Amino acid sequence: MSFVAHLINGISLGSVYALIALGYTMVYGIAKMLNFAHGDVIMIGGYVVFVTVSGMGMNPLAAIIISMAVCTVLGVTIERVAYRPLRGASPLAVLITAIGVSYLLQNVALLVFGSDTKAFTNVVTMPNLELFEGQLVIKSVTIVTVIVSIIIMVGLTLFVKRTKIGRAMTAVSEDKGAAQLMGINVNGTIAVTFAIGSSLAAVAGVLLCSAYPSLTPYTGSMPGIKAFVAAVFGGIGSIPGAFIGGILLGVIENLSKAYISSQLSDAIVFSILIIVLLVKPTGLLGKKIQEKV
Amino acid sequence: MKAKAGKLSKTTKNDLITYGMVILTYIVVQLLVSSGHVSSLVQGLLVPFCTYVIVAVALNLTVGILGELSLGHAGFMCVGAFSSAVFSLAFKNTMPGGLRFFLALLIGAAAAAAVGFLVGIPVLRLRGDYLAIVTLAFGEIIKNIINALYLGVDSKGLHFTMKDALSLNMEEDGLMLIKGAQGVTGTPNDSNFTIGVVLILVTLFIVLNFIHSRTGRAVMSIRDNRIAAESVGINVTKYKLIAFTVSASLAGVAGVLYAHNLSTLNALPKNFGYNMSILILVFVVLGGIGNIRGSIIAAVLLTLLPEVLRGLSDYRMLIYAVVLIVMMIFNWSPNAVSFRKRLKQRLGIGSRKKEA
Amino acid sequence: MVLLETKNLGISFGGLRAVNAFDISVEKGQLYGLIGPNGAGKTTIFNLLTGVYQPDEGAILLDGMNLTGKKTIDICKAGIARTFQNIRLFGDMSVLDNVKVGLHNHYPYSTFEGILRLPRFYKVEREMNEKAMELLKVFGLEEYADYKAENLPYGQQRKLEIARAMATEPKLLLLDEPAAGMNPNETKELMDTIRFVRDHFDMTILLIEHDMKLVSGICEKLTVLNFGEVLAQGDTQDVLNNPEVITAYLGE
Repeated sequence: MSFVAHLINGISLGSVYALIALGYTMVYGIAKMLNFAHGDVIMIGGYVVFVTVSGMGMNPLAAIIISMAVCTVLGVTIERVAYRPLRGASPLAVLITAIGVSYLLQNVALLVFGSDTKAFTNVVTMPNLELFEGQLVIKSVTIVTVIVSIIIMVGLTLFVKRTKIGRAMTAVSEDKGAAQLMGINVNGTIAVTFAIGSSLAAVAGVLLCSAYPSLTPYTGSMPGIKAFVAAVFGGIGSIPGAFIGGILLGVIENLSKAYISSQLSDAIVFSILIIVLLVKPTGLLGKKIQEKV
Repeated sequence: MKAKAGKLSKTTKNDLITYGMVILTYIVVQLLVSSGHVSSLVQGLLVPFCTYVIVAVALNLTVGILGELSLGHAGFMCVGAFSSAVFSLAFKNTMPGGLRFFLALLIGAAAAAAVGFLVGIPVLRLRGDYLAIVTLAFGEIIKNIINALYLGVDSKGLHFTMKDALSLNMEEDGLMLIKGAQGVTGTPNDSNFTIGVVLILVTLFIVLNFIHSRTGRAVMSIRDNRIAAESVGINVTKYKLIAFTVSASLAGVAGVLYAHNLSTLNALPKNFGYNMSILILVFVVLGGIGNIRGSIIAAVLLTLLPEVLRGLSDYRMLIYAVVLIVMMIFNWSPNAVSFRKRLKQRLGIGSRKKEA
Repeated sequence: MVLLETKNLGISFGGLRAVNAFDISVEKGQLYGLIGPNGAGKTTIFNLLTGVYQPDEGAILLDGMNLTGKKTIDICKAGIARTFQNIRLFGDMSVLDNVKVGLHNHYPYSTFEGILRLPRFYKVEREMNEKAMELLKVFGLEEYADYKAENLPYGQQRKLEIARAMATEPKLLLLDEPAAGMNPNETKELMDTIRFVRDHFDMTILLIEHDMKLVSGICEKLTVLNFGEVLAQGDTQDVLNNPEVITAYLGE
């Protein structure tokens, strides 16, 4: 029974990773950049809900919507101010800037909210699910997290395949220049991608903090990096890949915490990244990109 | 061939200025210390200064010359620090200090080089941002492992475990070398400011000569255009690995210096974590990517500034973040680059080669 | 004497047959042109010859040596050098250093010797500098030796790319649209340079070009490619008068 419990906890954590990884993978797929600050947008999303719910006593659902709005604006602003001027510059320059943005968000949060850990109120107020006469308890937040991430994954896949903006995204990810010539607004499409990724980050932030109710300025950083590992694991650029990678990574992390060593679980998770890159650099569902000569 | 001779001496002259700057600073600081003008607080910072300078120069080799981003240089420092500290502790009473520190240096550098090589093999074949994320992951792995590691030595040899001190099963006379999260205690204080400066000079000697050699040119050609480099017969993976390994091993040297300045060595997020790697990156970016002398100046200034302006310390990290973003956009944005080019043309400044 | 020979070379990308049953035979010392409409597969053939792509079928022989399946750097060592359609210089390095990178494999000393500046470092570097300056002089670039490569005027960048390729001491030089983006005067100068390289270095040159004046002016033999297949092959004037070639170029 305890194995099943660990497995379920792993899937719960994995769903959060999956949500974050979806944001990473979309931005990476379309803007071809590693948005290091993605994890910190999650943290900001968490703080918005914390302030509105715990501070102002707002309805959790309204708080989530406000949080999504704030993160969307934040994501688009970051893209406009920091990343867009560097379009066409070396990837190294973009990456360093993204790290700068990540660092900036952390330190702004540190100045505004302080370094103390905030006790986050779980926004999922449904009762837990008890099975086998209470031997196995599945927390409601777990169920909600898993369901939400599945819905978002399916929704995103449909969005990219079926809508005009979605197809524009695919076009931009294939070839920015050609997309521009075809009359696609490349900057606009990339901005929309950041908006979607950031609003997902807000959702991920709320669910992450509900499941692990402690919030600091560094809350987003580690899950953000692990979610990137998940995105690489599943195949960067692939939406279902990000989902599968996220779930697998969460399960692996929780099982290694339970059965190997809690101190070494992070080391194990990161070793997976190195192993994946050694064995199959394109990840589980990724495709090979050939460089044009 | 006269033009040639002139050019060689130009890079040499530039390098000599860099060495001279370090030596001059050393002399000035020593004079200030001996005349009592340096607070004990800043005196305590002298060896860390040297550590930062060395690791910043090392990272600049990866970022500026190889053109790849490493977020794991704090991890390589960590490897150098712990491997050398364990060695020095084990031979604390059986070896003269000078020889011990020299061997500790070699061990720290070799250990960091070996780890850098191993990390580099899978990653340097790949393109894109993978090196950054993998080195970051690696830094966390190292920190995790060291915090869980117990190592001891007794008459039967070395013992190690990942559980706890008791599971080492050591004899009474055994010596604990690494005590899990408590780290290494009792490392002999073998380093000082003078040694630190000597190590800076050695690092500069290695890095500058590396850049101005056949190997350095091969590495830079890969940075500038990998496909063209391959087309003229440059072995891309080999030269990337060489540059990365040298860079990692120099970060290891910085770690050795760091470890032998402290009696207690822990692997904390503060000293060997991601934040430390970012701090080093800030030095490199502020000093100018690929500009070795700039890294030295930036490392010293940014370490000194918060100590001098205490009021700033709350905003220190925030300032670093802004520095990173602004410097990158100003220096690398295509618009800014073409603007500077136009400005230069208008002012009639020639497009002479920039010296590294 | 045949220097370069390909037999039945072919490659597909996905469902697209980019090059099919490509045979060519280039004599030593020849100036050989590869022409054809955009998208005919010319650059793909260069990429096959230099190991950037691996052929699905067929063989590449240089001087009787089988180069099929070899990696780019080994092909360079075997004696094929190239330039690129979109110039690929080492932009942040000096003009002199660009050529010295080309000399890399012929003037060896170890990393260790370089760091410690052992005597061999000074000796080999001196030889390299002399050789590189000699090459720059041949291409009229010696006054720019200290310039950053990306700051050179366009025409000189093209020349530098050829100088760098020549530094690898190739048997065969591949030029991918050397006249692209040049005005008639620059093109004329380039034609002189190409001829000069052939005569001065006794070089074999295979070039891709759209500029018909250049092609008819310097190429002795031509292969015309259309939709990945050889449309015509032979002496320049015969090929250019071939009605099929004219149709392919001008349309019906």
